[in-house]
Amino acid sequence: MSAQMTGAKMVVQALIDQGVDTVFGYPGGAVLPIYDEVFQQNSIRHVLVRHEQGAIHAAEGYARATGKVGVALVTSGPGATNAVTGLTDALMDSIPLVVFSGQVPTFMIGSDAFQEADTVGITRPCTKHNWLVKDTEKLSNTIHEAFHVAASGRPGPVLVDIPKDVQFAAADYTAPRAMTSHYRPQVKGDIEGITDLVKAIETAKKPIFYTGGGVINSGPAASQLLRELVDGTGFPITSTLMGLGAYPASGDNWLGMLGMHGLYESNMAMHDCDLMINIGARFDDRITGRIDAFSPNSKKVHIDVDPSSINKVIRTDIAIVGDVAHVLEDVLKVWKSRGRKTDRAGLDEWWAQIADWKTVNCLAYTQEGKTIRPQYAVERLEALTKHRKDRFISTEVGQHQMWAAQYMGFDDPNRWMTSGGLGTMGYGFPASIGVQMGHPDALVINVAGEASWLMNMQELGTAVQYRLPVKQFILNNERLGMVRQWQELLHGERYSSSWSEALPDFVKLAEAFGAKGICVSDPDDLDDAIMEMLDHDGPVIFDCLVEKHENCFPMIPSGKAHNEMLLGEAETQGVIDSKGSVLV
Amino acid sequence: MSALNIKKGSTSHSAYNLRPTFSDTEERHTLAVLVENEPGVLARVIGLFSGRGYNIESLTVAEVDHTGHLSRITIVTTGTPQVINQITAQLGRIVPVHEVHDLTVEGHSVERELALFKVSGKGEDRVEALRLADVFRARVVDSTLESFVFEITGTPEKIDAFADLMRPIGLVEMARTGVAALARGAK
Ligand SMILES: Cc1cc2nc3c(=O)[nH]c(=O)nc-3n(C[C@H](O)[C@H](O)[C@H](O)COP(=O)(O)OP(=O)(O)OC[C@H]3O[C@@H](n4cnc5c(N)ncnc54)[C@H](O)[C@@H]3O)c2cc1C
Ligand SMILES: Cc1ncc(C[n+]2csc(CCOP(=O)(O)OP(=O)(O)O)c2C)c(N)n1
Repeated sequence: MSAQMTGAKMVVQALIDQGVDTVFGYPGGAVLPIYDEVFQQNSIRHVLVRHEQGAIHAAEGYARATGKVGVALVTSGPGATNAVTGLTDALMDSIPLVVFSGQVPTFMIGSDAFQEADTVGITRPCTKHNWLVKDTEKLSNTIHEAFHVAASGRPGPVLVDIPKDVQFAAADYTAPRAMTSHYRPQVKGDIEGITDLVKAIETAKKPIFYTGGGVINSGPAASQLLRELVDGTGFPITSTLMGLGAYPASGDNWLGMLGMHGLYESNMAMHDCDLMINIGARFDDRITGRIDAFSPNSKKVHIDVDPSSINKVIRTDIAIVGDVAHVLEDVLKVWKSRGRKTDRAGLDEWWAQIADWKTVNCLAYTQEGKTIRPQYAVERLEALTKHRKDRFISTEVGQHQMWAAQYMGFDDPNRWMTSGGLGTMGYGFPASIGVQMGHPDALVINVAGEASWLMNMQELGTAVQYRLPVKQFILNNERLGMVRQWQELLHGERYSSSWSEALPDFVKLAEAFGAKGICVSDPDDLDDAIMEMLDHDGPVIFDCLVEKHENCFPMIPSGKAHNEMLLGEAETQGVIDSKGSVLV
Repeated sequence: MSALNIKKGSTSHSAYNLRPTFSDTEERHTLAVLVENEPGVLARVIGLFSGRGYNIESLTVAEVDHTGHLSRITIVTTGTPQVINQITAQLGRIVPVHEVHDLTVEGHSVERELALFKVSGKGEDRVEALRLADVFRARVVDSTLESFVFEITGTPEKIDAFADLMRPIGLVEMARTGVAALARGAK
């Protein structure tokens, strides 16, 4: 079935046909025809952000929390360039987005027209794919293809650039039909690799599951299958920052996050294991530390939908290209059909070893005196909210992000939104807005540092306008804490520009926007203040004044191996040599 | 420092020494990439090579299937086996890329390049140039009293050899197409 309509109308029609209900955007000259169509319909909610970067992060938060594709709409030129950070963020973290940008009319492209930018050129390296649509005839198909590309295989952001004359012109609209796209990533794993993996599972003495964002990307079924496999085999499991919640933090086999700021037991188990089963993680440098000392004695298995992730950094012994859910289903089938075997005696010894590592109690700290320690603040937030099944946490970037990952537990996937690969300060607040749009009744908290939070604070206007009761839990150390920590450890305590000077009064700031502000500095008042935040039906800025020079431990210093982890202040003297300090 | 042998101007000094020590030997590979003939596709391929610090020795592109809108890009690159694998995998991720073939590992292939040489000279040099051209099966496609333009096809090595011989005689300028390559055999 096809009907004649304008390009602008096609955009809206295609969104409806793709099941989109929410669009984050900001208008401008080059997208006015589309905004006009948005105005004349009720199927799609448009959320007016306060900066295009906010639109993209909000769409990311929405996508991660709902499992759907996030959608944003921006104008040409500055609208599109403001979107670049968000697009890069989504590309690094494999978040499916479709972003529409307006463009100057086709006959003016290349003339340095008003608000012209080479948007497809600028966004080519920061999108999975992008299109400049020069012909209204091709628009509807391109949009359907955009959704297909964004969501299939390894997900990622795509951009559709639409010149204004293409929005005005009319053509036939085609509904999303059976896709004719040649883009069909392999989802089913090769049976040989799967059988090899099962054989390795049967004989391993010191196995570990190392899971990542790919499990979340693969959807809820993947998490379900993962739980079945972990509980069935009885193997320990650790996860990257991006994969938290795929296996429940309350589960018996959960070790905690691994990596640079991961738990001692997780990193030690990674280092000493004899079988490492990587499921949807990408051997990021926050995980591997020193490459040539990375888990020296293990057989490495890697399940990943993107062939380029395999053997990129670490050599893999068994590579299985495919989607996590599809592969795990087959792994379980084969493992069961061969009699559900594992080396029980070996595993018992392995767990005993792990129990020994756990006694180090690497996250221990003491809350004493009249200053709130940031770990304590996060732990209290966790204690007072973890019973809420509908709790979603986003974070900014820095120490607070790591403390949230360490001290909070996630029992379900899609409950944890954080900027991992790009580490974008300013991500968390707009992301929390996106999450709340996707789950209007849920409890959405952004664990923030004051410096990161200020980077996209204009979105407070958005939160207030749409009555989004997002809670901004700011651990205010009046420092660019993570930078300060590195300067302390690597640059002789010369704190070059790592202060948050001239901070606003956050309570007054909240009030100025019509939101609620709470400030707390006394540990004894903390619980009541958190309850007050939770009880308030509306956006809250929670200014939690914390210890200013706290460091985040454990920490694997740059250029060190997993078993060279620092556990606390006493161990930090002169540990990072000059070679380590060139690393980031 | 790295097994990648990244050329100057790229990112070998960034952050972690991510380059694993799989194998240090550099190899030369010829890749055939079948792509959708759409705007920007060449920019994507080239952007991939520059963005990730891979080498390009030569690159040719032209439409090979008009009705199917397919172009064929032939890339000659160098790198360790691990890097070559990364390059093919990374090329395969580009959405408009239909197929990637590493002709060097997939069996025997034929490679040809076309080049034009302008050689100037008088007297004995002219005679010598024509004699060498004959040996290399180069054709004269333009001549004046003081110059020739030769056309030569062959492997890149053959063209290099021809250039080495022509240089002392009076090589003024040359233009090369880069390598086109096909797998041998019926398929
Ligand atoms: C300040 C800071 C500190 C950090 N410290 C740590 C730390 O201590 N520990 C830590 O873990 N991280 C840390 N990170 C995050 C880190 O930088 C990386 O973002 C993270 O480790 C990558 O997670 P991942 O390997 O799960 O990969 P992702 O980026 O989530 O990639 C997912 C992988 O799965 C694949 N995939 C996607 N979809 C599918 C599918 N359907 N089926 C199969 N495969 C799929 C992809 O191809 C990719 O290879 C930190 C970040 C910051 C900003
Ligand atoms: C956009 C951006 N700029 C700079 C950085 C580098 N950076 C990483 S963490 C950090 C400090 C963050 O401070 P804050 O938000 O207060 O969090 P804290 O570490 O104190 O918890 C900086 C500057 C970054 N990650 N992102």
